[in-house]
Amino acid sequence: MKKFMAFVKKEFQHIFRDYRTLIILFGLPAAQILIFGYAVRTDLTNAGIAVLDNAHDVVSAELITRLDASEFFHIKYFLNTYDEIDPAFKKGKIKAVIIFPDDFAERLTREGNATVSIIADGSEGNNANLVTGYTTAILNDYSAGLTKQLTSAMPVIIPEVRMYFNPNLQSHFMFIPGIITLILILISALMTSVTIVREKEFGTMEVLLVSPLKPWQIILGKVAPYFFLSLVNVIVILLMAWFVFDLPVKGSISLLIAECMLYILLGLSIGILISASVEKIMNAIFISALGLMLPTLLLSGFIFPIENMPKIYDYVSLFLPPRWFVEIIRSIMIKGAGFGYVWKGTLILAAMTLFFMLLSARKFKVRLGEGGK
Amino acid sequence: MERDKVIEVEGLVKKFGSFIANDHLTFDVYRGEIFGFLGANGAGKTTAIRILCGLSRPTSGKVLVAGFDANHPEEIKKRIGYMSQRFSLYNDLTVKDNIELYGGIYGMTMKEIRPRTEKLLAKLSFNQYGDTLIGSLPPGIKQKLAFAVAVFHDPEIVFLDEPTSGVDPITRRQFWEMIYETASRGITVFVTTHYMDEAEYCDRVTIMNEGMIVALDTPSALRKRYNSSSIEELFVKIARHKTETA
Amino acid sequence: MRKLMFLLRKEFRQIRRDKFMARAIIAVPLLQMLILVPAVTFEMKHIDLAIADHDHSPASRELISRLTGSSFFRVCATPENYSQADDLLLAGDADMALIIPDDFSEGLAGAVNPPRLQVMIDAVNATTAQLGWSYLASIVRDYNRDVIMSTGAAPSSIPGISVSPRFWYNPTLNYKYYMLPGILVILITAIGLMMCGLNLVREKEIGTSEQINVTPVKKWELITSKVIPFFIIGLFDLSLGLTIGWIVFNIPFEGSLLLFFACSAIFLVAVLGLALFLSTLASTMQQFLYVAFFFIMIFILMSGIFTPTESMPLWAQQFNWVNPVAYLMRINRMVMLKGSGFNDIARDMGMLAVLAFTFITFAIRAYRKRA
Repeated sequence: MKKFMAFVKKEFQHIFRDYRTLIILFGLPAAQILIFGYAVRTDLTNAGIAVLDNAHDVVSAELITRLDASEFFHIKYFLNTYDEIDPAFKKGKIKAVIIFPDDFAERLTREGNATVSIIADGSEGNNANLVTGYTTAILNDYSAGLTKQLTSAMPVIIPEVRMYFNPNLQSHFMFIPGIITLILILISALMTSVTIVREKEFGTMEVLLVSPLKPWQIILGKVAPYFFLSLVNVIVILLMAWFVFDLPVKGSISLLIAECMLYILLGLSIGILISASVEKIMNAIFISALGLMLPTLLLSGFIFPIENMPKIYDYVSLFLPPRWFVEIIRSIMIKGAGFGYVWKGTLILAAMTLFFMLLSARKFKVRLGEGGK
Repeated sequence: MERDKVIEVEGLVKKFGSFIANDHLTFDVYRGEIFGFLGANGAGKTTAIRILCGLSRPTSGKVLVAGFDANHPEEIKKRIGYMSQRFSLYNDLTVKDNIELYGGIYGMTMKEIRPRTEKLLAKLSFNQYGDTLIGSLPPGIKQKLAFAVAVFHDPEIVFLDEPTSGVDPITRRQFWEMIYETASRGITVFVTTHYMDEAEYCDRVTIMNEGMIVALDTPSALRKRYNSSSIEELFVKIARHKTETA
Repeated sequence: MRKLMFLLRKEFRQIRRDKFMARAIIAVPLLQMLILVPAVTFEMKHIDLAIADHDHSPASRELISRLTGSSFFRVCATPENYSQADDLLLAGDADMALIIPDDFSEGLAGAVNPPRLQVMIDAVNATTAQLGWSYLASIVRDYNRDVIMSTGAAPSSIPGISVSPRFWYNPTLNYKYYMLPGILVILITAIGLMMCGLNLVREKEIGTSEQINVTPVKKWELITSKVIPFFIIGLFDLSLGLTIGWIVFNIPFEGSLLLFFACSAIFLVAVLGLALFLSTLASTMQQFLYVAFFFIMIFILMSGIFTPTESMPLWAQQFNWVNPVAYLMRINRMVMLKGSGFNDIARDMGMLAVLAFTFITFAIRAYRKRA
């Protein structure tokens, strides 16, 4: 036991003595929180647009003012002809052009219906939709205001909306759970697999194997520091989310930590499995980075909602651990849901953990039985 | 006839922070010698040899190798060969690939490399290994190949850092035969080792202890001076003397 | 020059021998393109709407039929009361819930109390919540208009401005067109930087670079021999990814292929230069992994791959001046989808070249043959 503790202690020192390890352990989550909190926005602010006003009337002028005044848009150019649109887009400075027809106000007063054209830059996928959506909202506000003035005697439906879980509509709420997922998988799978494969690639594994430590103690000793560090990281992320973004954990913190520990275990077992399957560090990195990181980043619902993906992804994601974990964390952290809502995901994660643990235990037994490679 | 010096070192100092690895070393090496650098592990041998090879910068002192100053390491490198303590040929390349690479880097053309490779492999009886990946060969053969590559381009001096460590006695013997053969071709051999008995194979030896040279002469002269039957014995005497007067 | 040839021959021999790497070079772009591209979309397919109708009147049914009629909303549940609706949102089984109170139709007919609707929206994803809300509000408003007009009021008394959107360069707003260049860039960044850097550090770690350093090989020959193979691999993977995009996803390519590859080549030089520089900071592969991963993550996230760089705060946009990924992301999209020409991207391309030059220079100065 004492030898084991000494081994674990050496592994810990190894980690902390190296500034580069600390960069990724603490610098990366901090940077990600900053980026997702302040830089990456899935909404639109101050988007450059152009206006082609053929109407030059009071209404169009009012609408143009409202568009520019809104936080979403910033009018960069006033175009004069239709032909100017293409070059303006090609330059890349504007996201959309809003066109008022020349009989705009007339139509509005006479027929009660006028149309504004939007030509959006479709090469910037998300923006195009957002521009349309926001412009619609602004125009709707205006016409609703007109309606109110004109038909105060008529019944107007009042929809009362409550935005659940995120009343201030912060766009970074949905990212924090994803950041936690990504960092946990990074530390518990990628880093542990690299640290074990290293011994294999440089032949020092044999040295360890002939030491008085048993094989499972070696693995455990290598892996234990990362378990601890993952937990510390989660707490750091949660604290940052709270202080920097005012995003406290709405649900039970102990449940959250427990789920994190389960996921860390899952990550560790995947990491061990990877290290049992490859001989070189480069290979372990490739498998982890491309097989774990990218799917976590892009397929788990972290950034891109799974409902938007083709149906088949919905089914396949059922087998992806991060998909479940992101959902669980979101439920607990942002929605404040209790265990009654996340038991299903928890069960699935636990089953996966067991599966990977058994698989890696078997793989290691086979390999070590062959004379310790 | 004055023998010319291929290596001149005077007052060489190498510090790592406050730790002094080489403490005012002074020695010369003559052309064609087999010059031994003896000492226990950690005495500073590898540090010194790396400075001589241009792999490390001296903190202070004069270092002249093959007529060039340590400030012109690239000139030195053209004229020397090196075999490091850790095996450093490419395990994922064949024997011939490795030889071809280093031959070419030292300025030989394929026309020169090919026949010389055949001759080398024949001499070592390694013909069947020509297209084998080096990583799959046993360690003794790998060591010999590393040495062969180090002298393939006929350098003026070859530096060997602990070439025989971890190798069985028979292979060690064969190795030293290779070293003799190399020296007889006029190549100066600078070898470090922690095997004290290998001192007998050298023309002159230096004994290092804790960063300093504590003895420098031919093996027989040293044995006489310290009244010892073996270099190992006299090394222990010197080391004990040091600790006692410390 | 001849030394460089010998070095290059060695590099290519090693790459060919490495089965895993050879397979990875082909499999990675293939898999990533095929799997990731269809997935990465912000386009909302539909919203799961739960409706609780307490009114049970023709008016409420009409409103409901308009909602179900729109392709956008999908009625997923009919809760009986407020707390059931609440539960649905908490469990994630519904994105939105609409509760029509029992006095809805009366209010619509002109009673004292105006007609109200209760809308509850899962706003964890703030953007989809806002968009969903705005769609619902539009449908409600249209319905409101029709109701008012049916009472005989003149159409001009209820003015409405409609929006007619058109999307240029990508009329169907196919997200794949938008994201594929992005995924391509991630690929060559990650592969280029990781492979090249790990290769360099590996030689340091196992000791073979020492043997090289003791030879008269010049620094520029060494560096070039390491950059060229991965440069070629990077361009190869880029072409492979592009071909897959063209064949499988029908990605348009409006602009000049030459311009595209020229910019990508400059980008690769920048990335490989960065890899080289970072490799001087690490003595083991593990260390390099950590430092490189840190930079890769940050560069990619900040590059505007998911969201536009113009929406970012000033400090972020300034950071992107030194982010090669941001430049290539912009250039690729503009050239591929809009057909932008040299004049349009000249500034970006120039900055990218400056970055490439800077990184390579740093790398060359940092690389030491002698400790």
